[in-house]
Amino acid sequence: MAAQDVEVGPVGAERPDPVISVRDVWKVFGPKAEGVPGSPELCALSRRELMERTGCTAAVREVGFDVAPGEVFVVMGLSGSGKSTLVRCLTRLVEPTAGQVLFEGEDILAADAKRLRELRRNKFSMVFQHFGLLPHRRVLDNISYGLEIRGVPRAERSRRAMEVVELVGLSGYEKSYPDQLSGGMQQRVGLARALAGDPDVLLFDEPFSALDPLIRRDMQNEVIRLHREVGKTMLFITHDLAEALKLGDRILIMRDGKVVQVGTGDELVGAPVDDYVRDFVRDVPRANVLTLKWIMRDPRPDDVLDGPELGPDVVVRDATRAVLAAAAPVKVVENGELLGIVGDEEILAVVAGQEADA
Amino acid sequence: MAAVALSKVDLRRPGRGAVVALVLALWLVLWALLKGLHTLALGPAQLTPLHQAVNDLNDSIGASRNTNPLFLYFFNEIRLVIDEFVTFIQSLIAQPAFGRPLPLIGWLGVVALAAFVSYAAGGFRVALLAAAGFTFLGLQGLWEESMDTLALTLAAVVIALLFGIPIGIWAGLSDRFNRVITPVLDFMQTMPTFVYLAPLTLFFLIGPASATIATLVYAAPPAIRLTAYGIRNVPGDTVEASASLGATDGQTLRKVLLPTAKRTIIVGINQTMMAALSMVTIAALIDAPGLGKTVIKALQTLDVGTAFNAGLAIVVLAIVLDRVTTAAGDRVDRARLTRRPWAARARQGGLIGGGVLTLVAVWLSYTYVWAAEFPPDVEVGSSIAKGVTTATDWVQSNLSGITNGVKDVVTLVLVDPLQSLLTGSPWWLVAAVVVALSVVLGGIRAAIGSAVCLGLLVATGLWQDSMATLASTLVATAVVMVIGVAVGVWMGRSPGADRVIRPVLDAAQTMPAFVYLVPFLALFAASRFTAIVAAVVFAAPVAVKIVADGVRAVSPTTVEAATASGSSTWQTITKVQLPMARQALVLATNQGLVYVLSMVVVGGLVGAGALGYDVVAGFSQGQLYGKGLAAGLAIVVLGVLLDRLTRAAAARSGRS
Repeated sequence: MAAQDVEVGPVGAERPDPVISVRDVWKVFGPKAEGVPGSPELCALSRRELMERTGCTAAVREVGFDVAPGEVFVVMGLSGSGKSTLVRCLTRLVEPTAGQVLFEGEDILAADAKRLRELRRNKFSMVFQHFGLLPHRRVLDNISYGLEIRGVPRAERSRRAMEVVELVGLSGYEKSYPDQLSGGMQQRVGLARALAGDPDVLLFDEPFSALDPLIRRDMQNEVIRLHREVGKTMLFITHDLAEALKLGDRILIMRDGKVVQVGTGDELVGAPVDDYVRDFVRDVPRANVLTLKWIMRDPRPDDVLDGPELGPDVVVRDATRAVLAAAAPVKVVENGELLGIVGDEEILAVVAGQEADA
Repeated sequence: MAAVALSKVDLRRPGRGAVVALVLALWLVLWALLKGLHTLALGPAQLTPLHQAVNDLNDSIGASRNTNPLFLYFFNEIRLVIDEFVTFIQSLIAQPAFGRPLPLIGWLGVVALAAFVSYAAGGFRVALLAAAGFTFLGLQGLWEESMDTLALTLAAVVIALLFGIPIGIWAGLSDRFNRVITPVLDFMQTMPTFVYLAPLTLFFLIGPASATIATLVYAAPPAIRLTAYGIRNVPGDTVEASASLGATDGQTLRKVLLPTAKRTIIVGINQTMMAALSMVTIAALIDAPGLGKTVIKALQTLDVGTAFNAGLAIVVLAIVLDRVTTAAGDRVDRARLTRRPWAARARQGGLIGGGVLTLVAVWLSYTYVWAAEFPPDVEVGSSIAKGVTTATDWVQSNLSGITNGVKDVVTLVLVDPLQSLLTGSPWWLVAAVVVALSVVLGGIRAAIGSAVCLGLLVATGLWQDSMATLASTLVATAVVMVIGVAVGVWMGRSPGADRVIRPVLDAAQTMPAFVYLVPFLALFAASRFTAIVAAVVFAAPVAVKIVADGVRAVSPTTVEAATASGSSTWQTITKVQLPMARQALVLATNQGLVYVLSMVVVGGLVGAGALGYDVVAGFSQGQLYGKGLAAGLAIVVLGVLLDRLTRAAAARSGRS
């Protein structure tokens, strides 16, 4: 697994006002779908029961979360969990059945068609799983499509598109047609198109699922790099836990349309709320995700407390060498306060075996 | 026997097969006993009250055409507008107009225009083809006739696209409208082409307006369907991407949907054009000007040479129109694959230079007689006709042993017994058998449908003619299916065979139905057999393609598994591929029937007799008008009956 730094972003700090606030959003497909979210009786049913009772499919059920400015927020779930529907509800590509989606305090669901188009043109951009490129347009014209429909003059939009071409590493391909490019390069075009309009928020709908593993890794690193360079708020949909852990400041796990757990990667691995999440994170290399605060213990009377000091957010893998080299257990210290200690035993339990939580 | 093609569907189920066999056996016994009773025969000149009533209706409509407000303000207006439009195009390229002895644009101008348009739409090679093809039309001595056909075709295509593409876009965008329009299009396309000629003449008179309307009814569906299909097939991601960037619906339509679907829409235009050409030649039956008229006149006098010459002109026109529109479609793909800047510059130069040359040619052809009227002394048409006549005479006098042998065997062994069974049985016996078979094969609802159709057949007063046509249709369909399965399986199993045969089938399908008659008329003279062969040749390509696609669609893993368990080739075909392609076989039978039926009237021109003859006679003789209309209706009813029955049988066997 490639190097990673989980502590990017404003985790743990007192959060500023969220960019996106999602409140009790429902999306129900089927006849008389509007009736479902309001009825406590129907809400209590499982998906299959609801299907049998009403013929409706509840794709998204009572989902709520906040995304902070500059954060990479990942929504993760298996296929059919409703994650793709959820991200489409945010910009009303799919009209939500009930709930609230606030963007900088403005209710998107209340926006009229004109305002909605303005938001889509200036505030949000989306990257799609199957790229959604226009086969009859060259790369450059694909990238400038969003500017074109806003009415930006040709020279201006070409200039802007060329900038983005540079940014995503497509230089030299701007005159090609999409079907002359590999999948990875096509998705770079999709990314560039999303960036061209300089949106506040980037939405990714499983953008790398259709790519080969090696190219997928390149593209993930590309997203990390872009996030560092342009600092946009990103909402990222994936079914791949490794991808979620690699990219996400925080991760939301969805199942059958509902939120199961929201938290940072180490929270999910260290404190799964139920068996579903536990099962999910079972094969994660824990040493790469857990931080010291998850494995430290209270000092016992016989412990020697003159070992080196480390912060609670240091990843286990990075602390391993220090802990094993030290003669005494490492002290976990935050703001001068001793939180606990980590000895060889604790480290080895994580590094060598996965049975710590069993 | 009536259910040869139908029962094939279900032979796998022994119970049902046995019942079918029992019904057929019972029929044979009763036929032997009751032969000649209640056959509802009607002589060629005899009329029923219904036919008389239609004649009277025709007369009264004719009398009130200029007084009845419905005609004054609706039908006559439509007729006038279309007539004006057609006359306008004709006056440009085909007919003397504006006080001139010749059309506005003479042959040189038309050839240059055709080449230039082909160059702009397709490229240099099709431009050469178009120029050569059009010049050849002139050399054949058929310039004016060809231009009439072209004018009528273009008029119909323009109107068909004017309505068809917006309707197609609507159907592509709206699921609800698509559900409404699809059965309408199915109906427009399954109805045998001749059938709506007659009712149209009732409202729009015999002439170009009726011909154009009939043509556009027949030709518009492919444009509508393929436009809708193209728009529906734009990937959802692409449309969503456009919406997510804040495009309005109009922007998404103009910048995403239409450009992405362009290729498919051009294929639709191509099919519309070919259908229009085919129908325009057939519309000669209601006095549409052009090559079709030449062919019909020649067919009626059995002048194979002249018919061949005119048929060849239709083929040439078809090839040029097909290649140009196909090349236009390919251009959409090709244009963006060339990244060489000089190619674009060369093309731009070519367009400007070609445009100037074309203008000069048009001006010359407007001004000088030599460029306006195709020189009559460089003519090859009559030598073609003479050569073909000589060859035909030779074939008929020297090969008659072989051709008559084939003809007699098929006629005596297949057609005659079936026809005598169908026409010789009492009508109620045939009806009972068909209803019984419908129950067995399709269930009660199918049986009710069949009963209604049979009742209508009796009501048309043309029961016996219908049965004779049914006999020929069933024989032709059986032959089509034999060819379809044999060639289709071969193509489905061998990519090499597919590569060679498919283009031939494609070409055969773009040819107007008329053209097929000519060579078979030369070989077999006018007879029922000739009509059957022409129908088989017309219908076989469709059936072959459907079977081939069905066989190809069988999962290769299943075939591999069969091979791995030691099946011989024959076993693999009969036990795996054909059963798994059963739906395709049923569809092929269904389409084969529809195509064969649509050739019934054309067959009527060359001695098929029965309903086909009734329709043709109805167009030419006033007192038979009502009978012809009833015969057209009987063909539709037969078509609906067979179509519904095969579909019901297919649905049933598909469920089991």
